[in-house]
Amino acid sequence: MTFDPSHAARSFSSVGTRPIRPDGVDKVTGRARYGADFNMPGQLIGRILRSPHAHAVIRKIDTSKAEQLPGVKAVVTAADLPDLTNGDTSMYDILDNCMARRKALYDGHAVAAVAAIDAHTARQALKLIDVEYELLPHVTDVDQAFAADAPLINDTIITKGVDPKPDRASNVSMRSQFGHGDVDAGMAKADFVVERTFRTEQTHQGYIEPHACVANVSSDGTADLWVCTQGHFVYRQHCAQLLGLEASKLRVTSSEIGGGFGGKTHVWAEPVALALSRKAGRPVKLVMTRDEVFRATGPTSATSIDVKIGALKDGTIIAADATLRYSCGPYAGSWAEVGAMTAFACYKLENVRTVGYEVLVNRPKTAAYRAPSAPMAAFAVESAIDELAKKVGMDAVDFRIKNAAQEGTKASYGPVYGPIGIGPTLEAVKNHPHMKAPLGKNQGRGMACGFWFNFGGQTCTDLNIGMDGTVSLAVGTVDVGGSRASLSLVAAEELGIDYAQVRAVIADTSSLGYNDMTDGSRGTFSSSMATISAARNAIKILRARAAQMWDIPVEDVTWERGHAVAKGETHGNLPNLSLKEIAAASGTTGGPIAGHSEIVADGAGVSFATHICDIEVDPETGATKVLRYTVVQDAGKAVHPTYVEGQYQGGAAQGIGWALNEEYIYGKDGRLQNAGFLDYRIPVCSDLPMIDTQILEIPNPNHPYGVRGVGETSIVPPLAAVANAVSNAVGVRMEHIPMSPPRILAALEA
Amino acid sequence: MRYIRPSSLEDAVGLLANASGKAAILAGGSDLLVRMKGGFIEPDVIIDIKAIDALGRIIENDDGFVIGAAVPCAVLGENTALRNAWPGVVEGARLIGSKQVQGRCTIVGNLCNASPAADSVPALVAAGARALVRGPAGSRTIAVETIPVGPGKTSLAPGEIIEAILLDKRQRHSGDAYQRFTPRTEMDIAVVSAAVNLTLNDQGVVEKARVALGAAAPTVLLVEEAADILVGSRVDDGALERLAEACSAACRPIDDKRGTVEFRKKVAGVLAKRVALTAYQRAGQK
Ligand SMILES: Cc1cc2nc3c(=O)[nH]c(=O)nc-3n(C[C@H](O)[C@H](O)[C@H](O)COP(=O)(O)OP(=O)(O)OC[C@H]3O[C@@H](n4cnc5c(N)ncnc54)[C@H](O)[C@@H]3O)c2cc1C
Repeated sequence: MTFDPSHAARSFSSVGTRPIRPDGVDKVTGRARYGADFNMPGQLIGRILRSPHAHAVIRKIDTSKAEQLPGVKAVVTAADLPDLTNGDTSMYDILDNCMARRKALYDGHAVAAVAAIDAHTARQALKLIDVEYELLPHVTDVDQAFAADAPLINDTIITKGVDPKPDRASNVSMRSQFGHGDVDAGMAKADFVVERTFRTEQTHQGYIEPHACVANVSSDGTADLWVCTQGHFVYRQHCAQLLGLEASKLRVTSSEIGGGFGGKTHVWAEPVALALSRKAGRPVKLVMTRDEVFRATGPTSATSIDVKIGALKDGTIIAADATLRYSCGPYAGSWAEVGAMTAFACYKLENVRTVGYEVLVNRPKTAAYRAPSAPMAAFAVESAIDELAKKVGMDAVDFRIKNAAQEGTKASYGPVYGPIGIGPTLEAVKNHPHMKAPLGKNQGRGMACGFWFNFGGQTCTDLNIGMDGTVSLAVGTVDVGGSRASLSLVAAEELGIDYAQVRAVIADTSSLGYNDMTDGSRGTFSSSMATISAARNAIKILRARAAQMWDIPVEDVTWERGHAVAKGETHGNLPNLSLKEIAAASGTTGGPIAGHSEIVADGAGVSFATHICDIEVDPETGATKVLRYTVVQDAGKAVHPTYVEGQYQGGAAQGIGWALNEEYIYGKDGRLQNAGFLDYRIPVCSDLPMIDTQILEIPNPNHPYGVRGVGETSIVPPLAAVANAVSNAVGVRMEHIPMSPPRILAALEA
Repeated sequence: MRYIRPSSLEDAVGLLANASGKAAILAGGSDLLVRMKGGFIEPDVIIDIKAIDALGRIIENDDGFVIGAAVPCAVLGENTALRNAWPGVVEGARLIGSKQVQGRCTIVGNLCNASPAADSVPALVAAGARALVRGPAGSRTIAVETIPVGPGKTSLAPGEIIEAILLDKRQRHSGDAYQRFTPRTEMDIAVVSAAVNLTLNDQGVVEKARVALGAAAPTVLLVEEAADILVGSRVDDGALERLAEACSAACRPIDDKRGTVEFRKKVAGVLAKRVALTAYQRAGQK
C-alpha cells in the first residue's frame, strides 16, 4: 500500500488521539491472564533439568529412579524429541537448544524434563535423574572464542563467506561484509582519524514475566498450547515441526505478555512441554524460574568491535571501517551481520566497509533483543564519531548533521534511502532546550544517533461487524505495546465510527491465517495496513448493503464518516444510513458483514532517532546518575502518541540499563554468576529521570497513513549517548559497556 | 514441614530445643523464605516469633533502647526517639530492600542471616550494640559483632534465640551514620559499606569513635586503627585522608560479580570519610 498524500494535510479524527488502552483495566487490576495464569483440569507440573556445565559430552542419562518416584507421570530426554528436521540446520539447532542431544553446550542447557503431579514432586524427580557428563574445555568470551587456539564448540562449523573455504572447523560460523567505495584510499586522504576497539557485554531482555505455557496433547493427535509469546503462529510452526504434528492440528493461543523485547520470538520450553504432555497423556504446565530465564533464554550478543573513521578538515567523513565480532551462543547466527549492516546506516559515506564475524561461545543461544545487534554497533561508531568531531573541532551535532544520510543516499548496507528522519531528528536535537541547559560539576552531556530497518511481513486480520453495529477486530500480531488500542483507532478511523465501538482481540492460530510474529517493530505498522484494508473491504460490503436497502446502484453510494451516503441528483435526498442501521438490517440483506485482509506488508520505512543524555559521575566511586534524557525519533505517523512515547521511553530505559550496569558475568568455570535480578541490574524507577520524548512525523511513503514502526529504534542510541555523556563528564573515552562503577573507576585511574 | 507460631518466648525456646529435624526461626522471612524457595534449605519445623508480644516492642529505659527481635525495620524508622539517638542505626535498617521488605524484615534477621553485606549490621557494630540471647541454658548478653562468624554462619548455639538488640543510652554530642555503595538506588546489595559512631567533647574534639566496614571481609569489620585516627581530631581533612587509608588497608574483600578487590578497598575509604563527616555533623548538633 502506498502513502496517500491527502493524509498529510488531512486531519484524522481517531488516529493521533490518546484513548485508554482496551487491555488497561484488566492489567492494572490483576485480572489480565499472563502465561502462568492459565490452568487446565488435571494438569501436571513440568520442570527441566539443566546442565551445570558449560561444555560437556552427555554420556548417559539414567531416568529410571525419577520414573519410579510416585507422582511422576513422564520423564523426557532428547530421545523423546527425535530429529525430524530433515537437514534443516537452523531447525536442528532449535531442537538441540530445547533439549541437548549429544553435548551440553552451556550452563543451563536443558538435558531432561519431568512432569509430575505437583512442583515439589517434579523438583524431587529432577534430583533423581543421573546424567553422566564428560567435561570438555569451554570458552565463554567472544575474543577468546575467536582466537585460533580456542576450544572448538562444534566441529562441523566451517566459516561461511570466506574464500577460499577454510579447511578446518572454527568457532566462527560466518563472515559477512558490506560497503562501497575504496576505504583504504579514503582513509589515506583523511586529515583526522580515530581508531579504537570497543566491547559490550551480554545482556538479557529482562522481561518481568518468565516463559510460561500449558501444553495439552490429546490422544486423537490434536494439541493445544497456551503460551506467553510474541508470535503464536511461529511457535505453532516450530512446535509442530519439531513434534511431527500437522500445523492445523496444533492450536496456539497467546496470553497477555509481560515483556518480550525479542526474547519471546524463539521456542524454548514449549516443545518440551508438548513432549511431556504427549508422553503423560495429560496437560502439562511449565513455568520457568528466573534462574532458568537467565541461564537458558534470551541474551543478546557480547561484542568486540574495531572502528576506524577518517575525516577531512572541513568535517566530511571520508572513510569508515569497522570489524564486528558478535557472540551467538553455541549455534550459528547472523548477529554480527546485522550489526555490520546497521553500523554506519545513519551516514552519507563515500567509502565504507563493515565486516562481521559470528562467533560461537559456550553461552545460551543469542536471541533477538529490540533492534538486535544495532545498539552495540552504534555504541562503537557513535563513540568514535564523537571523538572525531572533537578532533576536527566541530560540535558533535553539527558534525553529524554535515554527514547525515538523506533521501537518495546509498546506505552503507546497500539500498538507496527514500525520505528519512535522521537529518530532522538531528536538527530537532540541535534546537532542543536540553542541549542548551547548563551543566554542573562532574556532569557531562552526550548525544548519539541510531538506525533500525523495521519489518513488515505476513499479516492477516478480520474485521467483523456485529448486528448492533459494533466492531470486533481479530488480530494475529501479539500486542506487546498497546497495538490493540492503535489498531482500534485505525479501524474507527476508516469506518468513521467511535473508538469505543471497536474491540480488538488477538485471535488464536486456528482463527486466522498465518501472521509473522511481533518483531521488527511491525505490529502496528503491518496490522494497521491489514486493518485498513479489512475495513475498506467491509466498507465495500456496507455500501452494497445500503444500495440494496435503498434499491439504487452501488456506484451511487459512498462512505462518509460512518454513514452510507447516496449520491447524484436522483438519490441525493435519501437520508444517510449509519453503520448501525446497515448492521441491524444485515440479517435480511445477505447475512453477516465482515472485512478480511491477507497481505504481505511491504515497505516498512526505516527509522532513525537521536538521543541526548546528561549524567553525573562521582569521581571517587565511579557511581553514575542519569540526570536528564531526551529521545527524538521519527514515527512516520503516531497512531496513538502515548504508546509511541512509551516505546521511546522503554527503549531508552533498557538502553541506559545496558550502558551502565547490566551484564552476564561468567566465572572461570563457565557458569553464570548472576542469574537473578539482584545481581543482574536492570534500572529501577528511582535510577532514571523522566525520559522526555519528541515525536517527529516524516511519513513513510509505503503506508496509507505514513506509519513507521517505532518499537525498536529507541534502544539503539542510548549505549552511545550515555557513553559519550560519561566520557565528556570524566574526560576519558569509555570503551567498555556496561560502564559499571568499578569499570569507570578503573578507567579514571588508568 | 510444620509451621508453629508460639505466643511466648519460653515456648519458642522449648520448641526449638525439642524440635526433631531441622528447625528454623522465622522473623520477617525475607531471607528465610527466599532461601526456602530457592531450595537451599528445607526445614522440618518453622517457628514464627512474630506472635510473641514482648518481641514486637521498642522500649526506651534508663539504660537506652531495647529493640524486640520481631520489630520490623519500618517501625524502627517511625520511632522518633530512636531516630534521634541512633540515626545511623536507623539509616542502615531503612536501606534494606524496599518499603514492602521493610514492612516485614528485622535487624535481628539481618544479623542472623550473617551476610557480610547486611545493611543494618555495620551501624549496630559501630554503635556497640549488644544482643540479648535466650537459650535452653538461660540468657546471655553479647556484642553483636560476635554473632556472625562467616557468611551464613553464626555463633549462636543450637536452640538459642535472640530476644532483643540493646543500644546504650546516648551521651551528649554523639552521632552516627551509615552509607553503602550500590550501583542502583534501591533494591540492591552493598558492594561495600561503612558506619561511624562518634562522641565529641564540648570543644568538638572526638572523644570516642567506632568505625565498622561491611562487605569488606567475611564478617563486618570493626576497624580500631581507623577509630584511633579520629579520636582527638575534629574530623579535619588530614584525619579523613588517614581514615580512608586505614579503612582501605583494613579491608580483606574478594573479587566477585559485585566488585573487584581494588574497587572495594578504594570505596571503603571513600565511604568512611563521608560517613565520618555526617556523624561528626550530627554529633555537633546535640
Ligand atoms: C527483595 C529483597 C531485598 C533485600 N534487600 C536487602 C538490603 O538492601 N540489605 C540487606 O541487608 N538485606 C536485604 N535483604 C535481605 C533481608 O531482607 C534482610 O537480611 C532482613 O533484615 C532479614 O530479616 P527477616 O526478619 O526478614 O529475617 P528472616 O528471613 O526471618 O530470618 C533470617 C535468618 O535469621 C534467623 N533469625 C531470625 N530471627 C532470629 C532470632 N530472633 N534469633 C535467632 N535467629 C533468628 C532465621 O532463622 C534466618 O536464618 C533483602 C531481601 C529481599 C527479599
